[in-house]
Amino acid sequence: MTGYIFRRILQAIPVFMGTTFLIYFMVFAMPGDPIVALFGDKTPNPAVVAQLRAQYHLDQPFIVQYLIYLGGIFRGDFGLSFSGEPVTAILARTFPVTARLAILALLFETFFGILVGLISGLRKGKLFDASSLAVSLVLISLPIFVIAFVGQYVFGVWLGWARTTVGSGAPLQDLILPALVLASVSFAQIVRLTRASVIETSGLDFVRTAYSKGLSSRRVIPVHILRNSLIPVVTYLATDFGVLLVGATITEGIFNVPGVGNTLYQAIIRGEGPTVVSFVTVMVLIYLVVNILVDLFYGLLDPRIRYVK
Amino acid sequence: MKINRLGIAAIALAAVGALTLSGCAGGGAATPTASSNAKAIITTNGSEPQNPLIPTNTNEVGGGKIIDAIFAALVYYDEKGAPVNDVADSIKSDDNKKYTIKIKPGLKFTNDEPVTSSSFVDAWQYGALLSNAQLSSYFFEDIEGFSYDADSPLTGLKVVDDTTFTVTLKSALSDFPLRLGYSAFSPLPAAAFKDMAAFGENPIGNGPYMLAGGKAWKHNEKIDLVVNPAYDGGRKPKNGGLTVVFYANQGAAYSDLLANNLDVLDALPDSAYGTYKKDLGDRAVNQPAAIFQSFTIPARLPHFDGEEGKLRRAALSMAINRDEITKIIFSGTRTPASDFTSPVIDGWSDKLKGADVLKFDAKKAKKLWAEADKISPWTGAFQIAYNADGGHQGWVDASMNSIKNTLGIDASGAPYPTFKEARTLITNRTIQTAFRTGWQADYPGLFNFLGPIYATKAGSNDGDYANPKFDALLKKGSSEGDLAAANKDFQAAQELLLQDLPAIPLWYSNVTGGFGTSVQNVKFGWNSVPIYNEITKG
Repeated sequence: MTGYIFRRILQAIPVFMGTTFLIYFMVFAMPGDPIVALFGDKTPNPAVVAQLRAQYHLDQPFIVQYLIYLGGIFRGDFGLSFSGEPVTAILARTFPVTARLAILALLFETFFGILVGLISGLRKGKLFDASSLAVSLVLISLPIFVIAFVGQYVFGVWLGWARTTVGSGAPLQDLILPALVLASVSFAQIVRLTRASVIETSGLDFVRTAYSKGLSSRRVIPVHILRNSLIPVVTYLATDFGVLLVGATITEGIFNVPGVGNTLYQAIIRGEGPTVVSFVTVMVLIYLVVNILVDLFYGLLDPRIRYVK
Repeated sequence: MKINRLGIAAIALAAVGALTLSGCAGGGAATPTASSNAKAIITTNGSEPQNPLIPTNTNEVGGGKIIDAIFAALVYYDEKGAPVNDVADSIKSDDNKKYTIKIKPGLKFTNDEPVTSSSFVDAWQYGALLSNAQLSSYFFEDIEGFSYDADSPLTGLKVVDDTTFTVTLKSALSDFPLRLGYSAFSPLPAAAFKDMAAFGENPIGNGPYMLAGGKAWKHNEKIDLVVNPAYDGGRKPKNGGLTVVFYANQGAAYSDLLANNLDVLDALPDSAYGTYKKDLGDRAVNQPAAIFQSFTIPARLPHFDGEEGKLRRAALSMAINRDEITKIIFSGTRTPASDFTSPVIDGWSDKLKGADVLKFDAKKAKKLWAEADKISPWTGAFQIAYNADGGHQGWVDASMNSIKNTLGIDASGAPYPTFKEARTLITNRTIQTAFRTGWQADYPGLFNFLGPIYATKAGSNDGDYANPKFDALLKKGSSEGDLAAANKDFQAAQELLLQDLPAIPLWYSNVTGGFGTSVQNVKFGWNSVPIYNEITKG
């Protein structure tokens, strides 16, 4: 087990190096000069531009820029944004906000998704099943910004139950509405996954055996059916958590959440190399860690999956 | 294709949803209470400053709004854009070349340092020095000693005593005193020069407001300002403070305004153009601003040089139906242009000779185009480059359709994904089409709309326009004794521009916004920023 984890972490190192290089190259190759854009519609003086370019090492060839950046990373220095803030400070500020939002959304979608999916699967073809299928179809086909706008208008402006945008410091109660919006699409997916999986498992021999042994459905449903139906759901949840953690640009924009998606979007538009690369690097790390955790979690759900060697 | 249709349907659905919902919600607007609270904090929208908060390094609205609130320069502008002495006691000159500036004694920065003539001179020296690479350094280019080629001190600045200093310019400039209200001319305390990076994070000013403590600037979230008790100028706040909330997207700010989470909003999202009047009633704001929009056709493009170019520019200008586009595409939030400046600027006129060229006239446009064809027949397509991240597609497509239908030529927009890409191509002159241009005034004077853009070899002369007669008129205007005479010259200069059309004026942007039910006395200044110190809440 420890050997397995160690091996996975070793594998992560080249992935990390490769992605920073690729991302840095892509930002470098983006057309347009970010320094010129700092001046808005006004044309800057070439001497001032040259001075600024030197300040951000933009006058150096690509490989030198990359090495300067990489050297900084190993000293814990991720560079500066155009507003003079260290990128490490931006990371430390935005990731906790997005993490809170992601965890909240994940809790909502896991709880409601599995609950509704399980009931649907057990009552296949009944009214509850049909209506939950219809609702999930609607949620899957609506783009998230529609759900977000309608949610914001109804609960924020019209009913006044929630704040329209997330206030400073992103307190938990402000994040509930955006988290529900974020959770809505995945909720629908989880309902469908759980339902299908529950239906399949319910028909298997060991479930019939369990019932014929005289076990009550109170015991069979959670222990025999649900637990064995969860593997595809866990896989989905894990990737979804990764997606949520790296920021939901649209939802964060609509609710003005000072999180990763919002900040990264601004940085890309401005061409702030250090900010973009550092954010994406951290995102890659998150994906790597989440994937390792999921692989370990499989073993808990299904003892047949074992990591030897 | 499928995705596209779905997207459109969704937008339509959202729009319909929003319409019906706003219809339901229109009813219960709260009545404001009678007594206003002098301690109340006003909340307003803003955006994360793109640069450290240093007056000479702040050239965008996000930071500019904050700098204006926490610094007091020599003068400030009133609602109409007229300069009023703030720190200055008097600004005098006999020849418009050498100015003697006296400042009020006894003023202090919020760290108790006195505001002296050195506070100004040192700040300007810092802002102008090449190696400091300040974004607004060009504001000092007219002061003697300024150089873009090497670090060179402003020899034109001389401290006489603690409250007097003199400024010698390279040549006479009648509107120099008018410029002094721009934030780049703010004073800096000596503390700033010890560590400019730390200062930019935690600026110490002398303005009507100051930062509320050490951590007032919460990056990407908001900045908290409170009243500076030591400020004693004409902008004394009638409220207790100002919180600027940073929004990455105007839609979120607008929702906050509707839900009464935000007091004052100075920019509407495009999506609200259709509904904001109904949503806000008499709390909606829509008035002309000092923002001029145009497109530029450089003379280096084929068919746009000399006499042929002149005819073609006039024809294109007359082929665009500005009234219809401002009404339909912009829902009346733009005002069709009748000159190269803005109606909020003193000296603006809609009666300039030759301004007919900005009126839609299909017949005349066709005739001019045909005349140009006689010189050299038209080939190819006409295109306007724009940045796709700025919401320009609507009007570009509409204008191009207007040209296509009127002149019968192939005309289309040429989008570039980002602002920086478009600007880079324009700046290094590699762009091979016409392109969108715009100008937001730094200070309320006609010259600011003309000199930096159309004077030969001027900094923002992206179309490389050169006309000695125009330059001469600008120079004459700058050396006139009073502003009225100067404005006459500048108007004459504009009449030359109307013949040559180095840029084709389209419209003036309005400032659009609104305010909540709990605030009163909300007025927007000439520069489209609400006059925050006058706002009361209660």
